[in-house]
Amino acid sequence: MSLVTLKGARASLRRAGPAWYADPARLGLLALLVSAALCFLLPLYVMGLTSLKSMEDIRQGALLSFPAHPSLAAWRAAWSSACTGVACEGVSAGFWNSVLIVVPSTLIAVALGALNGYVLACWRARGAQLLFALLMVGAFLPLQVMIYPLVRLLAPFHLVGSLAGIVLVHVIFSMPIMTLLFRNYYAALPRELFLAARLDGAGFGRIFLQLMLPMSLPMLAVAAIMQATGVWNDYLLGLVFAGREHLPMTVQLNNLVNTTTGTRLYNIDMAATILTALVPLAIYVLCGRWFVRGIAAGALKG
Amino acid sequence: MGALCIEHLCVRLGGRPVIDDLSLDVDTGEFLVLLGPSGCGKSTLLHTVAGLQAPAAGRILIDGVDRTWSDPRERNIGMVFQSYALYPTMTVEGNMSFGLRARGLAGAEVRARVQRVAELLQLGSLLHRKPAQLSGGQRQRVAIGRALVRDAGLFLLDEPLSNLDAGLRASLRRELKLLHQRIGATMIHVTHDQIEALTLATRLAVMRDGRILQLGAPAEVYAHPANRYVAGFIGSPGMNFIEGRFAQRGGALHVVAPGLAVDLSDYALAGAAPTEGEAVVLGVRPEQLRLGEPGDEATLSEGNVSLIEPLGGHEVVWFDCAGVTLAAVTREARGFKVGDAVRFRIDPATVSLFSPGSGERR
Repeated sequence: MSLVTLKGARASLRRAGPAWYADPARLGLLALLVSAALCFLLPLYVMGLTSLKSMEDIRQGALLSFPAHPSLAAWRAAWSSACTGVACEGVSAGFWNSVLIVVPSTLIAVALGALNGYVLACWRARGAQLLFALLMVGAFLPLQVMIYPLVRLLAPFHLVGSLAGIVLVHVIFSMPIMTLLFRNYYAALPRELFLAARLDGAGFGRIFLQLMLPMSLPMLAVAAIMQATGVWNDYLLGLVFAGREHLPMTVQLNNLVNTTTGTRLYNIDMAATILTALVPLAIYVLCGRWFVRGIAAGALKG
Repeated sequence: MGALCIEHLCVRLGGRPVIDDLSLDVDTGEFLVLLGPSGCGKSTLLHTVAGLQAPAAGRILIDGVDRTWSDPRERNIGMVFQSYALYPTMTVEGNMSFGLRARGLAGAEVRARVQRVAELLQLGSLLHRKPAQLSGGQRQRVAIGRALVRDAGLFLLDEPLSNLDAGLRASLRRELKLLHQRIGATMIHVTHDQIEALTLATRLAVMRDGRILQLGAPAEVYAHPANRYVAGFIGSPGMNFIEGRFAQRGGALHVVAPGLAVDLSDYALAGAAPTEGEAVVLGVRPEQLRLGEPGDEATLSEGNVSLIEPLGGHEVVWFDCAGVTLAAVTREARGFKVGDAVRFRIDPATVSLFSPGSGERR
């Protein structure tokens, strides 16, 4: 959303009047935006600096000062040798665990969401309205309420504490929002397209795969970005359902930061935190343009 | 191929009856036009025939087979939608071959059929473009082509020309008529444009409120409208309506109205025998109102010109006669001016009479 606002502000700065620096209203707007940006960037700046400092440097207590001898040692340690509880292998194991969780959770959730949306929007099956209403109720129930029943439900199938289990749980919890996204997108498409395909003799699968999916590229991008960042940032579900072998990066980061033995290694903590935040950050920076376009496409057609 | 028979069809949308006990027979090779105002049920009728809308009652037979509950793909119908509904992610070729591939035809056969239709509709150079890269007229032709490649016997056209500008509409209208003459398939064309209806139809059905008011050859519907609604809906400018009464004059039945009298000796009256003084509405087409032509003095009436609409080759003269505004179409510019007194004659052989209450033809 902030991307949209910034773009709008930039466009209005360019559009009217003589020069932006001669207009107090626009100078004020610019000042507001710059200070807001600084507020958000300052913690990142401090984290970045601290991660490059030695512990001795940090003990000087000057948060904003530049490191005396910048070094990547803390980064190396955070990635491969810092202790996360008993094991001392850094957050790299957690990184790969998170990748293993995020990729199938995203692919399956987006595919099922698109399929659900297609069925609800196009085929208008009996009870579709009721089902959709129930899904929406599901979207607004806090997921903490469902954790204990879900553990009891999955335990007999040996799905608690496994990769398949955590992926299944992520897919289940993403269904309401994924279905909502695609249902609304497909409902906004002209219905005559669907009818024309039916008359052309195409069936359920062909209409979905050859007509609807290629038309929903912007929404596929939006859904994938939302789901991937959401799953990556998850802590609670990973802690409960992933099991010791597949703890995601967020859980390992917490373990690393909260290890109480010995002194607190702020530089390693900071480096590990940035490493963990890097993936969603990269997704937004690289795919933000698609995200905005997908949202806008939906908005225009709806 | 392509004979359609509809028996006592009823369709409801959201509980509201949209089509009410409608029966219709369309023979092979006919070009039937369904004409009516928006909301009269003509598009719903088309969707029901195509199998996209379930009927509440009645039967639909295509080529003698009951298709009332068949899946759309089993009906072998080609349909052109008002919005064209071209698949936006596919090329023109992909749009046209989609239905063939869905029916499992071999690649060579698909290519041959697409090629043949592309030549027929002059789409050859556009085959690799996406719909967004086409003009309105080109999209329209692709939509028709997509319906044609399947070699369906029955084509349903849902206001296919209404999104085009006037010039393009006229030329595509002619193309459509030529196409029908060439392939000889059954076509059912829905429109609210009376010019389209009159020029294209071999048979014309005027619809209103889910019923067919009149079904017949366009010339028949134009010359002998079954009721006042049909009479007013077809023709531009619309038919003149003059309220009058039946009266005997010199031994012959006349319609008399303030300022005029029309001899009905040659008129075939429908319904009950007229009684002296019974109210009746006289309908006269503007081109059958003859202005200032020599003839029997007794049939002439008078009026005052209030407006002239020149249309190049001819003109529409509006004039007042005893408080009623009438329109007359002249064959050439006659040099009338506003305020002129004109004398006009009504040809008794071409008038229509309607009952003022029910609007039915008398």
